[in-house]
Amino acid sequence: MTAPTTTAPRSGRRGGWLPTAVLFVGAAYCLLPVVWVVMAATKSGSELFSTFTFWPGTGFAGNLSDLSGYRDGVYWTWMANSALYAGLGALLSAAVSAVSGYALALYRFRGRETVFNVLLAGVLMPPVILAVPQYLLMAEVSLTDSHLSVLLPVILSPYGIYLARIYAAAAVPQDVVEAGRMDGAGEWRIFRTVALPMMLPGLVTIFLFQFVAIWNNFLLPYIMLSDDEKFPLTLGLFTLLNQGANTPALYTLVITGALLAIVPLIALFLFIQRFWSLDLLSGAVKS
Amino acid sequence: MNHRTVAVLAATVFSSVALAGCGGSSDDSSSGPVNLTYWAWAPGMDEVVALWNDANPDIQVTVKKQASGDDLVTKTITAAKAGNAPDLMQAEYQALPTLVSNDVLADISDQVAGAEDAFAPGLWQQVTLGTDAVYALPQDSGPLMFYYRADLFEEYGLTVPTTWDEFADTARALKETEPGKVLTTFSANDAGLFAGLAQQAGAQWWTTEGEQWKVAIDDEATGRVADFWGGLVAEGVIDNQPMYTPAWNNALNTGEQLAWVSAVWAPGTLTTAAPDTAGKWAMAPLPQWNAGENVTGSWGGSTTAVTNDARDKDAAAAFATWLNTDPEALTALVRAGGIYPAATAAQSGEALAEAPEFFANQPDFYVTAAEIAEGTAPAAWGPNTNVAYATFNDAFGEAARTRGDFRAALTTMQRATADDMTGHGFQVIE
Repeated sequence: MTAPTTTAPRSGRRGGWLPTAVLFVGAAYCLLPVVWVVMAATKSGSELFSTFTFWPGTGFAGNLSDLSGYRDGVYWTWMANSALYAGLGALLSAAVSAVSGYALALYRFRGRETVFNVLLAGVLMPPVILAVPQYLLMAEVSLTDSHLSVLLPVILSPYGIYLARIYAAAAVPQDVVEAGRMDGAGEWRIFRTVALPMMLPGLVTIFLFQFVAIWNNFLLPYIMLSDDEKFPLTLGLFTLLNQGANTPALYTLVITGALLAIVPLIALFLFIQRFWSLDLLSGAVKS
Repeated sequence: MNHRTVAVLAATVFSSVALAGCGGSSDDSSSGPVNLTYWAWAPGMDEVVALWNDANPDIQVTVKKQASGDDLVTKTITAAKAGNAPDLMQAEYQALPTLVSNDVLADISDQVAGAEDAFAPGLWQQVTLGTDAVYALPQDSGPLMFYYRADLFEEYGLTVPTTWDEFADTARALKETEPGKVLTTFSANDAGLFAGLAQQAGAQWWTTEGEQWKVAIDDEATGRVADFWGGLVAEGVIDNQPMYTPAWNNALNTGEQLAWVSAVWAPGTLTTAAPDTAGKWAMAPLPQWNAGENVTGSWGGSTTAVTNDARDKDAAAAFATWLNTDPEALTALVRAGGIYPAATAAQSGEALAEAPEFFANQPDFYVTAAEIAEGTAPAAWGPNTNVAYATFNDAFGEAARTRGDFRAALTTMQRATADDMTGHGFQVIE
């Protein structure tokens, strides 16, 4: 998503073209696949492999209507499911991370470091390792193949809690919390009205991280869900690709679907950028 | 990445954890309709199942559409460990031993007695695994055939090969007259095709003797196939690039490659891979090892299986039998799902009366196909077909790329497969 920007080399400095060239190569490396997806999405099935790769085709409208028509528009159901899993999941995850990170950063209690170390171990553990055990747990309580089976496991994010702790420790001064207590505010009120606004930029980051992670998650929903009305986009596109050996993969639909699947992510990034500039601003006025 | 991860995960978890499979709802007391779930990937399966549901109000089947492939096998095994497997599932032939050895599939030999006659013996053997049990009913099959550009064959004065010796001669003759073109390619990215070619030669990769598994991937027959293709690749008269790439599509579309050894479902693939060549192709039987024979192998194809978690195995087996032997069901499957039916009678049924659109120039396409399918050789699959296939991709991929030693690659495949089985506690003889 980030196109490297280069500052103009100052006059008299030699060799400035080399870093620029390297960055251009890097940018091309990152952007070419995106360009490919955009171009390929405009090609009809017969144009896809037979026309020049980086030249737009004529089939975008056809691809869109084919995609919408596939199994009565199940693609849009997948999109809605992804939005539900990623949106609600990231929101809940950010909330849980906020309270946990705040508690770990500002309260002293026995076992605090132990809890934190366990969390750190959790950060190092790839989530895919947990998918199968989580499935077996869900099966114990008959929750498999439900929306909850995908939502529940993503709410607790060790990485989110870790980030929230670091951020709370840096952004919420112990003195402010003490002052709140002196004024007679309860702990919950201090957290809600004093600490939370200070932590907001960090929580936005956590929300975004989790949103992207859940949006792109494959294995957990793959193991949990069997009903394609509940599939997120990743799984849906996977079923489009694997229709059995005797059926050609629906490449044009998959490519168009993949392109549309990144649109909400880009929109979210653009929308949330303002919270990050807020972050920089609040850092600047602090003495 | 996902394939490997899932496989590794499942292997790790299941070998180390003893799981209490809580059965969930094992109701045998209920009256009212039986509700069955069916995991399948064939397109249009819900339309076919709707026919059954309308006619059988007391056995209602719900299709849950899945992605095909090895991952689905892993997913089903995971679900079965939790007592959560669907009642019915679509499974590829080569996945059956894996599913059986993980205790996922039910033996339905009592419920489907009499269905055997509907299928070619080579297919039936694959669902019994050579035992008295029946673990699934064949649904579709992929008999191998020879596809070639009829117009270019005529232009270059080539004859359609009926034996593999003639095939090699054709490849050489083409190279001589048109050095810029090749007959076909040896692709190392789909082991299914190689397995099919080995079956034609008489290979039996996995067999059981009592409690022991015999692994014979590097047997005489497979060695012959490997030597044949390795020789042509080394000679440079056929290409060594993988199929299903944009370059391959382009080679077919522009006539740079003149032929493709493929299965009965090839017209669908050619429609998207080589759209400009409609009506220029023709299909002939696969070249034979001995002149005058009619033997072919299979590439792809799947079955309908009943799981041990099925709430009502009789009802599930009744549905599976209807789906794969009833003329109405098979007609619907062919029309909606585009499958090539395994049931012999349906191969000349009304749904296949007309040739595929891409082969409009060959009106008797499916008549020829049915004759070829009769000679489908049996296939012997093992509990770790996925390992053998993965090793094939690596070892033969390297051998093809370097135009190197195909025999050595075959030995690697044999070793890796046998060692993996030993490592998983199977008694293996070679």
